[in-house]
Amino acid sequence: MINHDIVIIGGGPAGLAAAISCYENGNQDIIILERDNSLGGILNQCIHNGFGLHTFKEELTGPEYAARYVAKVQSLGIDYRLNTMVIDISKDKVVSSINETDGLMQIQAKAIILTMGCRERSRGALNIPGYRPAGIFSAGTAQRYVNIEGYMPGRQIVILGSGDIGLIMARRLTLEGALVKMVCEIMPYSGGLKRNIVQCLDDYNIPLRLNHTVTKIFGKERVTGVMVSEVDAFRQPIPSTEEYVECDTLLLSVGLIPENELSRKAEVAINQKTQGPEVDESLSTSIPGIFAAGNVLHVHDLVDYVSMEAALAGKNAVKYVQGLLKTGLSIVIESKNGVRYTVPGTINPDNAEDITVVRFRTSDVYRDAYLSVYLDDERVMHLKKRILTPGEMEQIVIPKKWFAERPNLKKITIMVEKE
Amino acid sequence: MYDIIIIGAGVVGSSIARVLSKYKLKIAVLDKEVDICEQTSKANSGIVHSGYDAHVGSMKAKMNLRGSKMMEKLCQELDVPYRRNGSMVLALSLEDLPKLAILKTQGDTNGVEGLRILTRDEAIKMEPNLSNEVAGALFAPTGGIVDPFKLTIASAEIAFQNGVEFKLKTKVIDVEKHDDHFVVFTDKGELITKVLVNAAGVYADDFNNQLSAHKLKITPRKGEYCLFDKQVGNLVDKTIFQLPTNLGKGVLVTPTPDGNLLVGPTANDIIDKDDISTTAEGLKSVVDRAKKSVKQIPMGFVITAFAGLRATEQNGDFVIGEAADVPNFYNAAGIESPGLTSAPAIGEYLGEMISQKLHAVAKSDYVKIRKDTVRFESLSLAEKAAIIKENPEYGKIICRCELVTLAQIKDAIHRPLGATTLDGIKRRTRAGAGRCQAGFCSPRVIEILAKELHLDPREIAKNDNNSVMLIEFDKDSL
Amino acid sequence: MVKETKNIICIGCPMGCPLTVEIEDGKIKSITGYTCKRGEEYAKKEVTNPRRTVTSIVPVVAGELDMVSVKTKTDIPKNKIKDCMLALKNLKVDAPIDIGDVIIENVCETGVPIIATKAVKRR
Repeated sequence: MINHDIVIIGGGPAGLAAAISCYENGNQDIIILERDNSLGGILNQCIHNGFGLHTFKEELTGPEYAARYVAKVQSLGIDYRLNTMVIDISKDKVVSSINETDGLMQIQAKAIILTMGCRERSRGALNIPGYRPAGIFSAGTAQRYVNIEGYMPGRQIVILGSGDIGLIMARRLTLEGALVKMVCEIMPYSGGLKRNIVQCLDDYNIPLRLNHTVTKIFGKERVTGVMVSEVDAFRQPIPSTEEYVECDTLLLSVGLIPENELSRKAEVAINQKTQGPEVDESLSTSIPGIFAAGNVLHVHDLVDYVSMEAALAGKNAVKYVQGLLKTGLSIVIESKNGVRYTVPGTINPDNAEDITVVRFRTSDVYRDAYLSVYLDDERVMHLKKRILTPGEMEQIVIPKKWFAERPNLKKITIMVEKE
Repeated sequence: MYDIIIIGAGVVGSSIARVLSKYKLKIAVLDKEVDICEQTSKANSGIVHSGYDAHVGSMKAKMNLRGSKMMEKLCQELDVPYRRNGSMVLALSLEDLPKLAILKTQGDTNGVEGLRILTRDEAIKMEPNLSNEVAGALFAPTGGIVDPFKLTIASAEIAFQNGVEFKLKTKVIDVEKHDDHFVVFTDKGELITKVLVNAAGVYADDFNNQLSAHKLKITPRKGEYCLFDKQVGNLVDKTIFQLPTNLGKGVLVTPTPDGNLLVGPTANDIIDKDDISTTAEGLKSVVDRAKKSVKQIPMGFVITAFAGLRATEQNGDFVIGEAADVPNFYNAAGIESPGLTSAPAIGEYLGEMISQKLHAVAKSDYVKIRKDTVRFESLSLAEKAAIIKENPEYGKIICRCELVTLAQIKDAIHRPLGATTLDGIKRRTRAGAGRCQAGFCSPRVIEILAKELHLDPREIAKNDNNSVMLIEFDKDSL
Repeated sequence: MVKETKNIICIGCPMGCPLTVEIEDGKIKSITGYTCKRGEEYAKKEVTNPRRTVTSIVPVVAGELDMVSVKTKTDIPKNKIKDCMLALKNLKVDAPIDIGDVIIENVCETGVPIIATKAVKRR
């Protein structure tokens, strides 16, 4: 057994930012454990641009954004292990991992930061009937083939789901020579960012079929086509609208799931809505000393926010090791009326920074609505929003002074209001 | 000239080959698919039935009982995941209770040991997640679960190691009876054999009917399933059946030996013998019916759905033995449920029959024990540490959901009758069988397959020649 | 006098502001709907001279990675995207490569170079 103050699980954007933050906040006894053969995580295959506008005030590609953090980690001399798979975390913070050179490595940590990211929802979760031929890929897997390995998974492509990776892949596949026939989205709105719909679909005349889904897959060996159907208000296919679309590939971009199998082993409480750990203002999970940030916590649409969130987790992990994180009563953040969840879910005023950023997604599209914050029954924030959509993460900022002014505050409520 | 040719490399053909490989005989197994275990053997419930639901005196009853009794020892010898978890048949109303008694009597007569009728309370105590509708249950302690891929692959590997030739990607087009031999016409040429064994699954009637006047008619009966994440694998411990109907044993809810939850199958007679597509109605019906057995079906945890075909013969029983009008032609036809349970018994039964007929001499160097690909995930931490020290490639994880290592994948490729496809790797190692359904590992597995088999990644297929995963290089079509 | 109204969605940031551009005789009369300066600039550009950054990959010879990701250093005219991709076809680069290394000096006479966005060490 070896000892480290802080063990960071995952060397993607969240892990890297967390590590740098730990270092800069005064703790240098850090190790990052990364399962892949390089740091940077999924950014290495996100070769499109649009990263870093908030952090660096310029538009970078994924690999460039990652490289800046990797360079920083290396220049600070932060320890990391590649090709290293964490296979267990115990609630008393023993991290067990394996790799080819160290074999089994067990680390007793004082604090752990969970930054394992997320995985894609697979076909199985959708239960699309039909055969199980080759040619059905999740968008991220196709992204790896096209952007890392240089292979095309198909020539004629239908994409189900308008999540950002699906939109980005529609453009990438088109640029590399494939024909993307359409993107089907079962909801009446896209799950992706506006800019991606413009730049990835509209630019290439790829139709976005809202309220449409794939109801059957054809082809015994390789996909030969799919049945596409419009759906009704209950998202049930309308039989008379069925249309056969010939294709050799079906790409799925139907959602991301925070990858918390390790968190569960450590008995970290999981939020059913986000599928990520329940966390407080310090991004501490239900197990003191275990923190979480990035897509393992909740699915983000901008890496800049992942980096910011992870830096906060890093800072608080250092505080925890120093014994400076206070325990005590927390104020609950209630999400209702269209606010699906919030991260964090509670705030302990003793630990709150000058401002606490509360991130969330709405459960539906709202136009010209208001985002309201109530402290107990008092409405203290009422922001006009031209549009709120589940595809784009929202945030509100809670200043610490609110707590000082209201020592008996029990509950913060965040909701969408019509007026 | 071959002594024996077996058509079909499913669990039945492979079991027969395994038993016959004990003898000094020249044997070949032919299969149209690219791998063993590609049809019915790969898509079934994976259940070792205790034997109460086969009609008294039937071939099904005989083989089921014998197979059930053989299974534990055989799985030890072949290193196949098996667990005797016990099974339960539920009565879902008071009116159904007498049917449990009838089933028990049939089981007792068949020779099933330990059958017991449980009250509702006893059943719920044993399985707390049973639905509120449960009125009582028949408990069969000898019921079990087995990995159907591994049982097939292990049997074939033993046969192969003992000298049986496996001619895969070899489709039998026609069979002809001559005076003292058969000519088997395949898409790869003609083969001649003294004895012909028909273990061709849903196609077994075609071959029988080419040779025998006693016609068979096999109807593919489709069964659809949903497989669930290991997170909910402990919803039940025992295999939970409902009372059988004339179409089969109904929808079951069971853990698998690997710890997943499996729900299914439907039972629909179809025409197309290759139609293993799932249907919206089928998947809905599986779930609706399973909900009668257990309180809730955790639909959020479905990781895949699949369908398989039962080879249902019109007379309802297995057809096993030498055709009365065609000497040296042996059928193992109509092997529907309990076919997986029965396969080892069918292997022994036909093996004995054929070896006696050929006056075969036993080998002295017969290899009987097999060691499976290491199941890294199930090792303790200390065992994991030790095996990585021995071979560092056990320290390189390829499939993160099922914790499958590079060493296992290479072993699956290079072991006897090794994998050449993604599905082949999946069935031998479970890489890609987990919750992300190969999203993460398939690029890596393709790379390893290409490297180890000296192929271009564009030649690597999911399961057959026409199912390649990667079509061309970027920009090739520009 | 020819009047024209163009509705476009700003891609300057994830906000995706809906912009309205009024054009008279080929000249921009007014731009509305933007919430920051970038939006106004984008609208001008998008109406008069739409440009995009193109990203792709190029095979690497003797590198630790088989492929290196690349991009046009700045955006290029939208109508040059296809030509830009064709210029990358059949191209190979030798390792080592650093971020920012020029892969093509002046792609399709746009005056814009294509540069590497990933470092690849020599094998």
